[in-house]
Parts: sequence; structure tokens; C-alpha cells
Amino acid sequence: MLFVRNDSKRFRFCRSKCHRNFNKKRNPRKVAWTKAYRRTRGKEMAVDSTFDFEKRRNRPVKYDRGLMGKTIVAMRRVEEIQQTRDARFFENRMQDAKAEKKKQARVEIEKSIELLAPAVANREEVMRNVIDSAKSRIAARKKSSNKLTTTPNSAMVEG
Amino acid sequence: MPVYNFKKMSPVPSAPDLIDIVLMRTQRRTPTVIHPGYKINRIRSFYMRKIKFTQQTISERLSKMLTDFPRLNDIHPFYADLCNTLYDRDHYKLALGQLNTARSLVDQIARDMIRMVKYADSAYRCKCLKRAALGRMCTVLKRQKASLAYLEEVRKHLSRLPSLDPNTRTILMCGLPNVGKSSFMNKITRGNVDVQPYAFTTKSLFVGHCDYKYLRWQVIDTPGILDHSLEQRNTIEMQAIIALAHLTCSVLYFCDPSEQCGYTVEQQCSLFRSIKPLFANKQLIIIVNKVDQLPWDEVQPEKREMIEDLGRDANCSIMTMSNISEHGVSAVKAAACDKLLEKRVDARVAGKKVDGVMNRLQVFHPTPRDGVHRQAHIPDSVKQAVADGRIGSADHKPKRSRKGYAETVDDIDKNDEDATMDVSGQLKTARDLMWENGGPGVWAPDYREQYDLKDKDWRFDAIPEIMDGKNIADFVDPDIEKKLAELEDEEEQLLEELAAQRMGEEPDSDLDSEEEAAVAAIRDRKKIIKNISQANRSENKPVLPRSIRGRTKDKHDRGDRNKDVVKDKMERLGVDASIMIKRGRSLDKTRGRKRGISVSRDVEMDNSNDSPGTEISKTQTKKQRRSRSEAAKREASISRGHSRPRDPSQIGLHSDAAVEAAKKLEKQGRRMWEGGAGEGDNRKAVHLVRWMNTGKKRNGTHYCR
Repeated sequence: MLFVRNDSKRFRFCRSKCHRNFNKKRNPRKVAWTKAYRRTRGKEMAVDSTFDFEKRRNRPVKYDRGLMGKTIVAMRRVEEIQQTRDARFFENRMQDAKAEKKKQARVEIEKSIELLAPAVANREEVMRNVIDSAKSRIAARKKSSNKLTTTPNSAMVEG
Repeated sequence: MPVYNFKKMSPVPSAPDLIDIVLMRTQRRTPTVIHPGYKINRIRSFYMRKIKFTQQTISERLSKMLTDFPRLNDIHPFYADLCNTLYDRDHYKLALGQLNTARSLVDQIARDMIRMVKYADSAYRCKCLKRAALGRMCTVLKRQKASLAYLEEVRKHLSRLPSLDPNTRTILMCGLPNVGKSSFMNKITRGNVDVQPYAFTTKSLFVGHCDYKYLRWQVIDTPGILDHSLEQRNTIEMQAIIALAHLTCSVLYFCDPSEQCGYTVEQQCSLFRSIKPLFANKQLIIIVNKVDQLPWDEVQPEKREMIEDLGRDANCSIMTMSNISEHGVSAVKAAACDKLLEKRVDARVAGKKVDGVMNRLQVFHPTPRDGVHRQAHIPDSVKQAVADGRIGSADHKPKRSRKGYAETVDDIDKNDEDATMDVSGQLKTARDLMWENGGPGVWAPDYREQYDLKDKDWRFDAIPEIMDGKNIADFVDPDIEKKLAELEDEEEQLLEELAAQRMGEEPDSDLDSEEEAAVAAIRDRKKIIKNISQANRSENKPVLPRSIRGRTKDKHDRGDRNKDVVKDKMERLGVDASIMIKRGRSLDKTRGRKRGISVSRDVEMDNSNDSPGTEISKTQTKKQRRSRSEAAKREASISRGHSRPRDPSQIGLHSDAAVEAAKKLEKQGRRMWEGGAGEGDNRKAVHLVRWMNTGKKRNGTHYCR
């Protein structure tokens, strides 16, 4: 919905959740699930050249069929690039947690290996079955992710 | 400049009326009650007051009259002379003088009588003095009867005089009777003066107003003047003469060559000559009137000569006009006004006040800035039409179309040669099309046809607005291609950098494939377990009754601590369990009491039974019995005290049997309630809550659904 304030500033809300929070005079920069918060806290990209494409231009441009076509193509391409950049940004953010995650994997194996083994007798066999199936699943996932990224060293990751 | 306002004079009462007024006022406004018994001073002041009051009233009234009436020396000579003519200056002055004397006489009377009252010695004497005083004053007033009456007449007449401003722009009409002055007056102004064929229809001055050059002009109509000497003139004529004499104005001397007024042209000319001295400082125009009756050309040449002579003598212009045919009326008016304006402006300029105004005035004359001659632009089609004769005649009136707008194709009769519009269809308007196609509401012109784009084919395109949740209009930009190329370059660069970075990095994980598989498997398993437990946590299962809920054991399972099991176990191990069993039983029995004492008691009894050899004396057995009974009492008293924690349901119960009975009853009672709903378990859902559904709803709120 659209809300117009007495100073003629307009506010648009996508759903009542946003509208209610606005009415409660909450500062979006302090409410964790909002885009404003995420951007100010550096959890998402705030400055990027892709943002300059979507801009309000006050000078109307005369209709031009070719230009319209080019614009649509450009829109799609810009969206793609924006998404890849978002993904890269996220990865960057999570860099420091990589080492931690490696350690955690080891710890988990040590702690919870019993879950995989229901009875003492069949333990090794069952484990082997489970591990094999898990391996195949991981390989499948890696393949699909390799298609998206364009690193030339994907062979190394596969191991 | 004050406009003489003779209408604001208060009416002059007649003598008896004045007396009435005065005496009644005295009676009303002064205290009326007095007794002979009062102190003499009081009586004196009472009567003095009355006399004084009467004197004051008379004095006020007469003074007001005297100030109301204009003093002939102080007003404009025109008015002074006018009053003189109408009311006889001497008589007027006399009347006012007499009033003045009356006033002073009254004052004197009052003074004398008040002095006498001061020395009066009785109420009666005071009263007589007062009567005398008032009587004398009233007699004075009675003697003014004639003056008062005269002044009243004068006042009435004065108030009916036209309000003339002697200093403003004025046009004056004069001439013999019946020449057409009043008709001219009627023509120029809104005034409605009587016009009749007999002489002296106009008996006094009449004032009208007209407008010229955004200014207000006074037009004065005078009674006709006859040709005789000043002394012989009557009041009516004198008014005209006075007006002529005193007002600076533009004078129009009316002449009637047709002699319809009853006087010959010679008579008119002789009149002119006799009042010529009056025209000394005035703008004069000789008006030849009634031209519709006898046009100026048809007038006999001698008469014409005479009139022209007049004009030459007085050095003024002659104008012809007719009231009935309105020929020349506005010209005459314009000429008269212009002449006077000139004179007034000259007088102003020559005076002292001009300098203040001249500094503020500046007159600009536009001068051409270059020699280019700029003509009005006339389109060729119009020129053509004018040449053809379709447009251009001043008398042609366009036909009225039924819609009140410009003519349309439908309005024109195809055979009509006077039609102004081109019927050939060259100028078919959108409105015509609309009517052809069904009218307003049915058909409207498609504006897209008028679009001015690079390519005509694009005019009817459907323009996309939204894509993927974004507005296309936000992205449209003439340089979008260039920008996109830049962006692609940027992206390539970034990717190269990233690849370079990744070269020098450690591999993602240092686990080998087996370990990784194990981790994945573990995580999956954990998820499954979590889901199962979540599923099992559902609250829709049937509920166990309370008697069983807390129990983990089977009712029929005797467990490890009963007699038989212990005996069995111990026998297997080769131990005598009888003592253990006994002890266990006793413990069971004395659960409600202190274990230490009862045990010692039993032990003592056992000891005494067990060893028969030892003999105890009587006193010792008595002592033992007493100590035992005391111990029992102590025990009981202790048991009654609060040294041990007690079950709150057993407070007040004196023995174990009572405790057991109480417990039994409780169990019985509880059995009825197990598994069923209690008093606190019934929730009544109220559907219409008063506080929610009453009151005015203003700007509905969210928080309460």
C-alpha cells in the first residue's frame, strides 16, 4: 500500500508486517530483517555499479523500439551480474568461518560416529554403505556447482 | 474643502414649543420633592439648582441654533450671496442677533434671581423667587416667536438647496428663459429637471453630475435671465446671476435663433451684452440651440451676423447643437470641459503646490529603436479569402452555429454563397470526425496517430512497463549500451582477480573423501533423528490415568526390596537374614516415629528377656518401668511437638490409626475426580464482551481484532 505523509513524502509497503512496524515508528536500520539493516551492517552489498542502472530519470525519453529492446536485454544481464556479485560478497563475508568449519567437521565425526552404527556387529558394513552413498551425493553437488563457477582450477577441488 | 452640509441643522422649535421643552426638562432632571421642614440651606440650593438648570438648558439650545446657522461672512461668497438673495441678509442677521440677546438676557435673569435666593429666609420665598425667575425666562423666549419661526423657514429652505461644491469643476448654463438649458441638463446628467413650455419653469438652481475624462463634473442649471437692470431682478433671476458671478466655471450661453423661446435674436444679443461683465474670468461658449428646428445655415444672415458678432466680441467659439436630435451634444460637453480643464491646469501649474507634484510625474514617449517596420502577419489563406470577397465586409455577420462554437460543415447550407467556411473538406476537424462516427462518448480520436517518433511504425506499439518485478522505465537510458559494456569489463576484471586470489589459497577442506562422507552421513542422520523426535512430540496421543502416570514399575512386580528376595539372596551367599528381616519390619512399623528410641526400647526388652540369670531388684524394675513410661510420654510429647517435619494433612491427628484413616478417606475422595475435569478446568467462552464491543470506533486500531 501507499502512505503519503503531510510533508508529501510517499512510503510504499509490500505487506502489513512492514506497515505495522512503520506505524510503530521503528527505525528500519535497527530491525534485523530489513534490507536497510542488512546494508548498513555490511551483511549485503550496499555500493555497487550495478545499482546505478536502476535510477529514476526525470527526463522522459522518446519511445524507440530498438532502445526498448536493448534495455530489456541489459536489465537481464545486469540482474545476473548482480546476483553473482552478491554470492561473491557472501563468500567473502564467510571467509573467516572456513577454518572453524573444517575443525567442526572433524569434531563431529569423533563425537557422533555412533549414530551411523546401530549395532556393533554390522557397524563397519553399514558405515561403508552410508559413506558410499554420501560420497556420490557430494560428487553430484560438486558437479553442479562447478557448472556455475568459472574457475579453471575446478579439477583440483574435485580431488 | 468642506461641502456645505445644510441638511445637518437641527430643527428650530417654535417659541411655545421651546418653552415647553425647557420647562419639562427642568422638571424631569431636577429633584422635585422638598419640605419646609428642611434646613434653609438645603431649600435654597434646591431652588437655585432649578433656576440654574433652566438657564443652562435655554442657553444650550440657543447656542446650538446660533452655531448651526451659517455665518454669512464665513462661507463662500456664492453661498453668502445666495442666502442674501433668498433670505435677505439683514433679516437673517437680525433674527440671529435677537436670539443671541435672548440668551444673554436669560443668563442675566438667572444670575440675579440666584443671588436673591441666597438671601431668602423661607421656603415660600424661595419658591416665589424661582417662579419669578422661570417666568421671566419664558417671557423672553415668548418674545422671540417671530425670529424662531423665520429661522425655521430658513433652515427648511437651506436644507433643500442643492449641495454645490463651489471649488470643483462646474459647467453653468445661462440664457433667456425657454432656450433649452434644462433639456440640455437632462441630456448630459442623470438629473430630471422639469421642462415646460412656460417661462420660469426652473425657479432655482439645479445641480447634476456628469463624467468626462475620468473626472466628475458639476452641471448647474439656472433659471432664465431677463434683460433688465440688476435692481429690477427678482429672486429667481438673482440666483442665476449669483451663480454666474461667484463660481469659476465653464459657461454655456444658450441662444435660440429659431425664436421658439419667444424672444428675438436681438433681445438675446442685448442680454448677452448686459451680462458680459459677469463672464470676465470664465470660459465661454455660445451655444446655438434648437438646430433641428432651424438649421444654422437656414438662419437669416443678419441674425447669424449678430450672433457671430457676439462671438467675436467675447472672443469665444460658437457651437451648434440640438437637444432633440442629440446632434452636437457630446461635442458641446467635450468642448466646455476641455476649456475649463485647461484653465484649471494652468492655474495649478502657476501656483505653488505644483512643484511637489511635478517631481513625481514623468511622461514617456515611445521612440522606435530601429528603422525596421514590423507589419501585422496575415496568413495567406486569409488574404486569398479577402481577395475573393468571402471575408472582409464590416457588415457581414457570421451565422450562429447550433453548438455555439465556430461554424462546422453541417451548419453551412451548400448552396449558400455567403458562407465563410471552406466546404471542400480541407479543414475537417476532429470534432467533425467525431460527429460523423457517432458523437461524444461513442468515438474519440486516437491520439497515437499524432505521435512524433523517429519511425512512423512505432506509433501503435504496446510499450512494456514491468519486467521481473522492476520498472523498465527506471532502466531506459540512451547510453545503456555503453554502460553495459563498461559493466561487463568490470565484471571480467573482478573474475580475473578472484581467480588469481584463489590460486594461492588452501583447498576447501582437508578431510579425505571417506571422512567427508562420514560427516555428511552423520549430519543426515542427525536430521532424521530430530525429525522423528519432533514427530513423536505430538500432543494428540491418548492420556494415561493419573494413578498410573507417575509409575514406572509394574504393579505385580515386587521389586528388589521385599522379604523373600532378600532372604533368597542372602541364603545363596550363606548369610542369616532373619535379623535383617526383623529390622526391616520394625523400620516399616515405625516409619512415623523416631527410629532411635523405639529400637532401643525393643532392644531393652529383648535384653531383659534374653538373659534370665541376671536378677534385677524391685526398685530397679520399678525404676526401669518408670523410665520406660516417661520415655514413652516424652516420645509422645515429642511426637506431638514440631521437631520433625510433618505432613500438613496430618497436623492435628493424634495417632497413627487416625492418620491412616484420614489417608484412606482422601484416597476415596480423590478417586472420584481422577481423569475428570475439575472446577478450574471449565473455561466459559464469552462471545460478546462488553469492553470490546462498546464505544465509538474512531480511526480503527489494529491491536484488538
